[in-house]
Amino acid sequence: MLTLHCPYCGVDADETDLHAGGEAHLTRFGPGASDDDFEGYLFTRKNPKGVHFERWRHAYGCGKWFLAARCTATLEVFATYSAQTVAPPADVRAAITAKRPDWSWGDLS
Amino acid sequence: MKRYSAFAIAREALRQHTGWDRAWAKRPPKSKYDVVIVGAGGHGLATAYYLGKNFGITNVAIIEKGWLGGGNTGRNTTIIRSNYLQDPSAAIYEKSRSLYENLSQDLNYNVMFSPRGVIMLAQTQHEIRGYQRTAHANSLQGVSTEWITPERVKELCPIINLDGPRYPVLGGLWQERGGTARHDAVAWGYARACSDMGMDIIQQCEVTGVKKENGKVTGVQTTQGDIGCDKLGMVVAGHASVLAEKAGFRLPMESVALQALVSEPIKPCMDVVIMANTVHGYMSQSDKGEMVIGGGTDSFNNYTQRGSFHHIEETVRALVETFPMVSRLKMLRQWGGIVDVTGDRSPILSKTPVDGIFVNCGWGTGGFKAIPGSGWAMAELMAKGSSPLTNEFSMHRFREGKFIDESVAAGVAH
Repeated sequence: MLTLHCPYCGVDADETDLHAGGEAHLTRFGPGASDDDFEGYLFTRKNPKGVHFERWRHAYGCGKWFLAARCTATLEVFATYSAQTVAPPADVRAAITAKRPDWSWGDLS
Repeated sequence: MKRYSAFAIAREALRQHTGWDRAWAKRPPKSKYDVVIVGAGGHGLATAYYLGKNFGITNVAIIEKGWLGGGNTGRNTTIIRSNYLQDPSAAIYEKSRSLYENLSQDLNYNVMFSPRGVIMLAQTQHEIRGYQRTAHANSLQGVSTEWITPERVKELCPIINLDGPRYPVLGGLWQERGGTARHDAVAWGYARACSDMGMDIIQQCEVTGVKKENGKVTGVQTTQGDIGCDKLGMVVAGHASVLAEKAGFRLPMESVALQALVSEPIKPCMDVVIMANTVHGYMSQSDKGEMVIGGGTDSFNNYTQRGSFHHIEETVRALVETFPMVSRLKMLRQWGGIVDVTGDRSPILSKTPVDGIFVNCGWGTGGFKAIPGSGWAMAELMAKGSSPLTNEFSMHRFREGKFIDESVAAGVAH
């Protein structure tokens, strides 16, 4: 069972206490955006095999949204962190780079 | 190819079974093909087969990173039905179901299609309305389905409990010509027929890159060297996003784990397929006697072919409510597959931003039933550039808001 540490209430929550909220760090395009940007925001997903950034909600706990950096190929969790960030913070980046030295930051660099 | 027949069995019995050929040839890849299909699962092999059979395109390679039929083709619960709400879905799934009817004769390979009938239980007022609407839609689409009463459900499946503790059975959507087939045999039968047409099936060959010139595909880089092609078909289910990234575009899709499990074999007790979508479990009995069980997907992206235990617990709980006699059944084994789920829970059969690359993916939790129809339609799309069966399934439908919204129609498993 997947266990994530909630950065708000400090509980190590099992996945049955959590609600998965999909890819994190999406740019939210709205009125006035191009069709490409709006389609990309709503539907197109990286869906990577490897390092992935996700939104999670501690639904049956403190109720807060937070973010997780996780590997979809091994289910290893690198870090969880505040949802009030537009990009992974330095300590999260360092934790990932330490374990996946070859990983390229792509869109997030 | 030597044909399989009763005569062939008798002949081989008299000579100690020394005369059987390999079902498909093992050949090294050539440097160039007209068409390369990535993914030797059911959908990829069926695409290749109908390219050869319907359009005479036989200079084809089917590349597989693992072994033939070892992905979701070998991991599903083998249910075949076509009782979908939306017209484009009903068209392609009914094409598929009708091809299954004669597939064994067509391929000269016994795929053990068993049209034993599929019931989708209605256990809430909402489901009654939903399935009655589907039954009406199906009669307009020419798909033979029927709304049946709880008494008829009990008659068709005596082991069912109509007065469950949470959700009583209020009726069902019955498709008499739905059923099951032998999943491995579908892959093997198509592979044998493809090989017989001169196509190359190359296993343990992973695509590491896609080669393009002026926005047009020219070939693929693989672990067995470069292979050139004029047209490339990507039919890799759960890994579609990974392969698309190599070709330089993204898909409206996420990959999640879906699990299935089988029980120990027991005497015949159930000769229909039952799907209970409100409590969320589905079950049929295999020819060996095992109860074949499936449920819901995990909620998070995953490529590990392992699912979360609590989903098995939920599925089994739902089935114990629905079929009390299974409460003491021991489960034999469990496995997971990586399913490719799109925004509207409908597949993508489409041209892509790269000229010459076609994609067939997004079958999500219900791809096995679609194998022959998907291959038929994808072959037409690749050979002619369009197909009446695939027009609505373009990857660009999300931009236009033209969803094929089976997620609302089917709710869950489909």
